[in-house]
Amino acid sequence: MNLKSTDSSIAGFFTSKSKFRYYLPQILTLLGIIFIFGYFSYNAQVNMDNRGIDFGLRFLGEEASFDIQFSLIEYSGASTYARAYLVGFLNTILVAVIGIFFATILGVTIGIARLSPNYLIAKVSEWYIEIFRNIPLLLQLFFWYFAALRALPLPKEAINIFDIAYLSIKGLYVPKFVWTNFSVFFISIVTALVGIFFVFKYARIQQEKSGKRIPAFLISLGIFIVLPLLTFLIGGVSLTFEHPELKQLSKTIFNYIGGVAIIPELMALAAALSLYTATFIAECVRAGIMGVTKGQKEAAASIGLTPGQILRLVVMPQALRIIIPPTTNQYLNLTKNSSLAAAIAYPDIVLVFAGTAMMQTGRAIEIVSITMLTYLSLSIAISVFMNWYNKKIAIKEK
Amino acid sequence: MIKNINFLGKPSREKFSLFVPIGIFLLSLGLIDVVFNSFFDVNITSFFPRGLNYFTPLIFGFLGLYYLRIEFSGNKMLDKLNININSNWFNSILTLLIIFVLIQNIPPLLNWLIIDANFVGTTKKDCTDSGACWIFIKIWFPRLMYGLYPDAELWRINTSFIMLITLVVALFYIPVKLKKYLIIFLIFVFPFIMFNLIHGGNFGLVWVETTAWGGLSLTFIISVFALILCFPIGMFLALGRRSSAPVTRYSSIGFIEFWRGVPLITVLFMASVMFPMFLPDGVYMDKLFRVIIAITLFEAAYMAEVIRGGLQALPRGQYDAAKSLGMGYWRLHMLVILPQALKLVIPGIANTFLALVKDTPLILVVGLLELVGMIDMAKTNPEWLGLATEGYIFAGILFWIICFNMSRYSQRLEEKYKTDR
Repeated sequence: MNLKSTDSSIAGFFTSKSKFRYYLPQILTLLGIIFIFGYFSYNAQVNMDNRGIDFGLRFLGEEASFDIQFSLIEYSGASTYARAYLVGFLNTILVAVIGIFFATILGVTIGIARLSPNYLIAKVSEWYIEIFRNIPLLLQLFFWYFAALRALPLPKEAINIFDIAYLSIKGLYVPKFVWTNFSVFFISIVTALVGIFFVFKYARIQQEKSGKRIPAFLISLGIFIVLPLLTFLIGGVSLTFEHPELKQLSKTIFNYIGGVAIIPELMALAAALSLYTATFIAECVRAGIMGVTKGQKEAAASIGLTPGQILRLVVMPQALRIIIPPTTNQYLNLTKNSSLAAAIAYPDIVLVFAGTAMMQTGRAIEIVSITMLTYLSLSIAISVFMNWYNKKIAIKEK
Repeated sequence: MIKNINFLGKPSREKFSLFVPIGIFLLSLGLIDVVFNSFFDVNITSFFPRGLNYFTPLIFGFLGLYYLRIEFSGNKMLDKLNININSNWFNSILTLLIIFVLIQNIPPLLNWLIIDANFVGTTKKDCTDSGACWIFIKIWFPRLMYGLYPDAELWRINTSFIMLITLVVALFYIPVKLKKYLIIFLIFVFPFIMFNLIHGGNFGLVWVETTAWGGLSLTFIISVFALILCFPIGMFLALGRRSSAPVTRYSSIGFIEFWRGVPLITVLFMASVMFPMFLPDGVYMDKLFRVIIAITLFEAAYMAEVIRGGLQALPRGQYDAAKSLGMGYWRLHMLVILPQALKLVIPGIANTFLALVKDTPLILVVGLLELVGMIDMAKTNPEWLGLATEGYIFAGILFWIICFNMSRYSQRLEEKYKTDR
């Protein structure tokens, strides 16, 4: 009769079966989590007291006093641990970006090649995928680093690539760009990009209004070339190259000085990551292209679209909808896999921070947590962005 | 370009006997050029200028394929060739490039791997420089398979793996009624038997400390244990994520997304350096066990997502029908939902296991030496320096055989269960 009131009373809480079943597991879960965290932090407190260290992030401001072989920003032994963290983080991002760039190009090529009517091409791509996908990434990384790159010649007999770059066991030496008035050049590029955006928008409006097509691509190509060129002519921008030069450091030791040195660790890591991830991206691309039905292409052709337009306006938008979510997942995997850098001593965040810095400070909990949180926030940032993007390109049903 | 070279007219069926011999002649000229160039170091077209000389095989081959490209020639073999590798000029260039690259690279590779390789001998001195030194693998083979496990006790690892394989194979052949008991035995009893056999310390078995475990067998020990242990955890997490209770749901989501968001290497660091800080003073846990627990939790998150996929694929009617029979939450899931959902995700589980096997070499960053780690150790041995390539190629081939077969198997399962529904 007054079922409602008994249900909400305390006695009713335990007698009412459904509510009991709803709340009890939750309370138990909560208690379990609190207990585990409490127990662990209590133990950690005791252990740290015994060793005479206190929990905190103050160590980040202390002097790191170790060297890092490769850094994008200025860093020396006198810098702080926070600076070392930043160096490692930027190196991780660098290798991830390089890896994603090459993996995408290779993956898309291989994915399309696998669907080629040419039997040989299809088979070669298939075997590429089967071989590189089924060998552990760490093994591939070791192969490139310890076997392939170690077989390169010494700097004295370096492989000369058109007198521009020099490839040796010490790495790839390429010329360095030396800019004057770089900011003017940069502003011109940004202006050109903004201009191009408006040209495309105008072209679309014109086409929707009157059906006239404006050669937007040619116009924007012109803008993109002319504006930066102008800065060279009248903006006082100039560009010179600093070439790497072979110097004799001692009787037997030669090395290149100047230019930009791409260390072998970075090359091996980028090669392994992109060759491995490309196989997965290729499968995503293949699935995406196969997912667009033949009828779509035929329908587009029957209303008079050109082959280029069919690909651009009909096939790609539909294929991308299938390709992008799993491909993003692969980008995320690549970023996480870049942590394998630690195994070949590429100074990424794991090696610099969770390796060297932890060895020196002994602050396992803080440092491992910071490292994990860094990766976690990277993952979450990418997946939030991708969810937003997916929603944007999803089919909008009316 | 094509019109200019076309002084003989378009290749057609009428002039079949004219074009085919010309085509075959030019094509074989191109191939012979490459073969002579790469095997005998003889350049038969050296009378051409240097820039052109480099491209002669390509030009000959291209012309040959052009003359062979006769539509509906009536010759079955030629038609098949044209459709598959010679459908237009772009395809023919790609075909030629691939053939030339293969001709140039495969024979030297085979030479190095097999023909010039060294198989007989016991030390590095028996190896010649011209080929691979497989003696290295031969001598180190027991170490690469079993790590530092004592030689006299190797039968224990062998027995446990033979038992495991026998049980898994038996699973496919025994009557359905007994299957349930075998699975329960395999999941709840067998791991302890296997562990006891390898670890020893009782029943008259010599105790072998976990630091001596290694090689390929360690890869499988870790994978098997992690897979068996992560399965129930993943199942509960998947159910938790779909639960209507907010605390259960959000804690499951948090757990899953946390482990999926971090790389395995940081998880291993956590297990090896951070976790001991969380244990009470004086309590010590073996490093291998810590690593297995870490990998288990890591894989459980992935497993949960796989199982959730199966749960989501089941139609609502299954839930409604079971509820209308008066089944509660656990009976509903244990008897109706999970059996169907798990069957759906068997390929997914196989893929997770594959990823797990491929991830295990990473444990070398915390000092556990499975196959890749053992090779790392062997190649730094002063008597065997400079043989890294052989080691990595051997490990690569071994892993490739294992993983390739597993992925083929999971693809077969996928096809099998696709037709079932």
